[in-house]
Amino acid sequence: MNFFWDLLLGGLTRGSIYALIALGYTMVYGILQLINFAHGEIYMLGAFTALIVASILTMQGLTGLPVLILAGLVAVLYASAYGFTVEKIAYKPLRQASRLSPLISAIGMSIFLQNYVMLAQTSDFLPFPNLLPPSDFLDAISVWIGPSDFVIIVTSAVVMIALSLLLKFTKMGRAMRATAQDREMAMLTGVDVNRIISRTFIIGSALAAIGGILIASHVGRINFYIGFNAGIKAFTAAVLGGIGSIPGAMLGGLVLGLAESFGTGYISSDYESVFAFAILILILIFKPDGILGRSSQQKV
Amino acid sequence: MKFFPELKKSFVIALWFMLLTFPVLVIRVNTIENIVVWRWINLAVIGSAAFVLSFLWQLYWRRKSAAAPVSVAQTSALTRRMSDPKFYRPFLIVIAALTLVFPFVASHYQINIMTTALIYVMLGLGLNIEVGLAGLLDLGYVAFYAVGAYSYALLNYHFGLGFWTLLPVGALLAAFFGILVGFPVLRLRGDYLAIVTLAFAEILRLVLENWNAFSFGPSGISNIPRPGFFGIDLTLEQSAVYMYFLLVALCVLTIFVIHRIQHSRIGRAWVALREDELACQAMGIDKTRAKLAAFALGATWAGMAGVLFAAKTTFINPASFTFLESAMILAIVVLGGMGSIVGVIIAALAIILLPEYLRVLGDYRMILFGAALILMMIFRPRGLITPAGKTYEFRCSGKPAAPEKRLP
Repeated sequence: MNFFWDLLLGGLTRGSIYALIALGYTMVYGILQLINFAHGEIYMLGAFTALIVASILTMQGLTGLPVLILAGLVAVLYASAYGFTVEKIAYKPLRQASRLSPLISAIGMSIFLQNYVMLAQTSDFLPFPNLLPPSDFLDAISVWIGPSDFVIIVTSAVVMIALSLLLKFTKMGRAMRATAQDREMAMLTGVDVNRIISRTFIIGSALAAIGGILIASHVGRINFYIGFNAGIKAFTAAVLGGIGSIPGAMLGGLVLGLAESFGTGYISSDYESVFAFAILILILIFKPDGILGRSSQQKV
Repeated sequence: MKFFPELKKSFVIALWFMLLTFPVLVIRVNTIENIVVWRWINLAVIGSAAFVLSFLWQLYWRRKSAAAPVSVAQTSALTRRMSDPKFYRPFLIVIAALTLVFPFVASHYQINIMTTALIYVMLGLGLNIEVGLAGLLDLGYVAFYAVGAYSYALLNYHFGLGFWTLLPVGALLAAFFGILVGFPVLRLRGDYLAIVTLAFAEILRLVLENWNAFSFGPSGISNIPRPGFFGIDLTLEQSAVYMYFLLVALCVLTIFVIHRIQHSRIGRAWVALREDELACQAMGIDKTRAKLAAFALGATWAGMAGVLFAAKTTFINPASFTFLESAMILAIVVLGGMGSIVGVIIAALAIILLPEYLRVLGDYRMILFGAALILMMIFRPRGLITPAGKTYEFRCSGKPAAPEKRLP
């Protein structure tokens, strides 16, 4: 039972992170029908920025909550700025091109950003400081759940609820949903589509950065290559839930995380990613549009 | 001042990039010794580079928008040249002569690079069947390549079979794997297909990496024999030349086969499938068969290329078959212009040879490669050569009907 509980928790923690990154994929896909391969790199940049800011603040003698909040804030801001810039450089000039051209330029951007961080920083793993301030509450529940697991699950849940509310009730959210449904029609009703696309990238990148900080402080080390694996997994999660669907991305992330966790726990720890991909293939065979994807009837 | 608005905008952009790159480029923290290195010089470099580049960029767009709008259907000068027999016949002869002379004037190193590039020509042409002709976005093409390479290495290791026996066997096994992947994805559309093929490739790579008893794990298989030449022992230089000519021959075969298939019944079915799946079914084309054929045929060439790769490098391990490799091959197809044989060949040579000759740049090679991919897509989003599509004329009662509209 205890083993089961650990695996469940590990799966939920991992799944929440996948879900956070998958949201960025699915939002961009919903609006542009583009697989944004550079999204994983935004997540990595978020983690790196947080590491740099946190290290400097720690050297200045600061500790605890202020470091966490400042580093997190700066990282989210920078990741958003990177997301915004990436869209302007690599995708905006290709709005009219065929579907594959932005995909290649996204792969190019991903290679570029990885090597940019590798050259500017280092290709080694860097230790990531544990930013969680000690608190009585976290100590008290640590019998049940690890402090960083708790923080990851709660933070992701809060962020995801906030995003759902934003999309559902604000004017911007409405414009985003309209653009995702039909870009041209949204343009005709007065939605500034370019601005909506930029904001989608900004929000998606911010979510990825939050995921990056959470996982980096959980795992304790980062390098320039972490974005690739996380990106592929998150993309898998987005497709699993039905790409373009926001609740689908959240559910897909959790399913993927749990599949990996239980697979490694009960079967073999060498084949962690194999479980994730196998479950993807299995689900898509039976539900070709993902778990929550709308089955789109093809029309002439 | 004439350029004042552009200069102002460039200035803002330069500031933006200086701000953006500040933490990663300027600060370097050494967490072990607790020191921070500030590299202010990078900031100045980025600022001035962003200023100049964005200024040039704006000038380019201003000139482009001032020029007459180019219609999308218009083919580029390169494309028109390539379809003009007066131009391409002598061109072909020159290319053929150069290909034959090349190994006798080039160094061992250059022959090896060229052989690698030719392997990628085969891979590009094979993936072109799936992506370019049939419109099936395959992000895991490298899996078929791996199947070919591993079937040569493993069957040779266990049963001592030779290169010439295993070349068709590797191709067949890859084709079989292609059908295996093809079956579950038949119902999937566009990007779902992309991720499932990617998933298959990753599963295969992970299995190869972890199943030590079967594939010897990450350490790979070494001492794979080079192809034999009528039982004569070849020196290293000679076998490189032999390998080169072998690949030239196989590439010519590939080009011939694909050119013939392209305008055959199944080739036209693929193009129809790419353009409109539903209309294609309504015309009575068997969608399942066409898709599986595309997967199987595409995989066949990858399998052959895999066998050749294993024979050329004499060592393989799972690290050669990562997603980056699939992405490279896909980049070759897209850059070549989706369905154009000449385009794919030029793109394969460019994408493989450029990074090789950029080796002098050392660590900056890959970052430039990434930037080059983005730039190529921005400036030529439809690829180097846009295939014009063959026009078919239907004659009834001796009177020529109006020629069919060209495929976009």
